[in-house]
Amino acid sequence: MTELKHYFAPTSLDQAVECLKDGDVTILAGGTDLTPQSQAGRVKIKHTLMNIRHIPQLTGITLEGREIHIGALATITEIMEHPLVRQHLPVLVEACDHFASDQIRNAGTIGGNICNASPAGDTLIPLLVLDASVELASMPEAKLYRHTMPLSTFFVGPGKTRKSLCELVTGVRIPLPEQGHVARFFKLGTRPALDISTISIGVAGTLRDGVLSNARVAFGAVAPTPTRAAQTEQALEGQRLDAATIEKVAAIARDEVKPIDDVRATAWYRKEMIHNITKRILSHVAQA
Amino acid sequence: MSLKHDIEFTLNGVKRRVSVDVTMNALAMLREVIGLTGTKYGCGEGECGACTIQVDGVSLNSCLMFAVDCDGRNVTTIEGLANDSKADALRESFVEHGAVQCGFCTPGMIMQADHMLHKHAHPDEACVKRGLEGNLCRCTGYKKIVDAVVACGAAEVTP
Ligand SMILES: Cc1cc2nc3c(=O)[nH]c(=O)nc-3n(C[C@H](O)[C@H](O)[C@H](O)COP(=O)(O)OP(=O)(O)OC[C@H]3O[C@@H](n4cnc5c(N)ncnc54)[C@H](O)[C@@H]3O)c2cc1C
Ligand code: FES
Ligand code: FES
Repeated sequence: MTELKHYFAPTSLDQAVECLKDGDVTILAGGTDLTPQSQAGRVKIKHTLMNIRHIPQLTGITLEGREIHIGALATITEIMEHPLVRQHLPVLVEACDHFASDQIRNAGTIGGNICNASPAGDTLIPLLVLDASVELASMPEAKLYRHTMPLSTFFVGPGKTRKSLCELVTGVRIPLPEQGHVARFFKLGTRPALDISTISIGVAGTLRDGVLSNARVAFGAVAPTPTRAAQTEQALEGQRLDAATIEKVAAIARDEVKPIDDVRATAWYRKEMIHNITKRILSHVAQA
Repeated sequence: MSLKHDIEFTLNGVKRRVSVDVTMNALAMLREVIGLTGTKYGCGEGECGACTIQVDGVSLNSCLMFAVDCDGRNVTTIEGLANDSKADALRESFVEHGAVQCGFCTPGMIMQADHMLHKHAHPDEACVKRGLEGNLCRCTGYKKIVDAVVACGAAEVTP
């Protein structure tokens, strides 16, 4: 890795992906992760620092067919205040509402939250239960190439994703939830503001006559990446959400997660909280 | 040798050109390059809000922002609110309510409260507490600060 030699602020997507071709580039969006990480020496800025702020193709929140598209540069504040998100994706609003502080919500972007790939990233849990896909752009030949990847396969470890060094995240796509869709998010921390999640849980599905289908469960801060919980989802699928089922599913959730001890909590505490809060969220879903 | 870059932006209503280290944050630029020391360094990592400024109409932590990212944008610091009638009322309300002790958090509090009052002209206590979540004060216990902001919003309703 070379030393920082170049600062570049492209004004189009083509310029940006062209610049990314040699792979020796650090991308700057809102800077709320990159500034402290680079100043503390945890992240070394590569040959080129590329500021993506002035690329119009990365902004905006729109309805495209049956999908909501959120540009990578949309800030947490823009997302939580946007009428489309408020109407169709209230669970994402809920997560944004528990994110850091007003100042950080005004600067931090969804693209940055996804690419920082923290196991505790707050938008990631609702995005996972909403079946979001990440949209990527690169320039392998002389032409812009775009593709999407399910968010559930995007994360590989803390700060690590399947995005190549030559790719830019341009946004996320979220299928429009169907009739009867319910989704809930809960973040457990020690204080309301500026707290990194001790654990977080997202649950979603379609509720018809008390029966949940297309069940989605995701946990934050209990594994190296934000993850979907396959066994818990399976236990929920097609079930009527009565007290016995809820208790059974919560116990499966507790067994499924393999958290670690760290400064914020012990593994034991995290497992207990996964149990208790899964139970609480499922009771809320049952009443929806 | 560290890489420099020339940027041009509007600072408190005036066009500025400066040459900054590419890795420098906006707080360091304001204080050390430009010499505006009203914006405070508390923690340097987004926890305290002492470094709050407004950029393109929203409040953010200048310690979490690259200085080069100010290029082409409209930046307001506490110095820029000196001749602003809305901010005058806020400042007076802080004084009246005894919301200033050592004063270190005050510039950040005023910048954030000013942003909040632009979004919610007449905030209640809960709204103010929510808006100031990212600002720490070591001295006042917050009650006086919250009261000062609520009173300032209320004052506009009944002049
Ligand atoms: C005090 C504090 C509190 C915080 N609290 C929370 C919290 O409660 N919840 C939470 O989830 N996060 C929190 N964060 C983390 C941070 O604010 C978020 O992750 C934010 O969304 C990052 O966005 P950004 O635009 O600032 O990213 P940046 O710092 O600009 O970038 C983050 C990373 O993503 C890469 N990147 C950014 N955009 C793209 C793109 N479009 N394509 C490819 N790569 C890209 C960058 O290269 C960098 O590695 C907190 C941070 C601080 C300092
Ligand atoms: S100095 Fe920026 S938040 Fe504390
Ligand atoms: S008055 Fe001293 S920190 Fe707030």
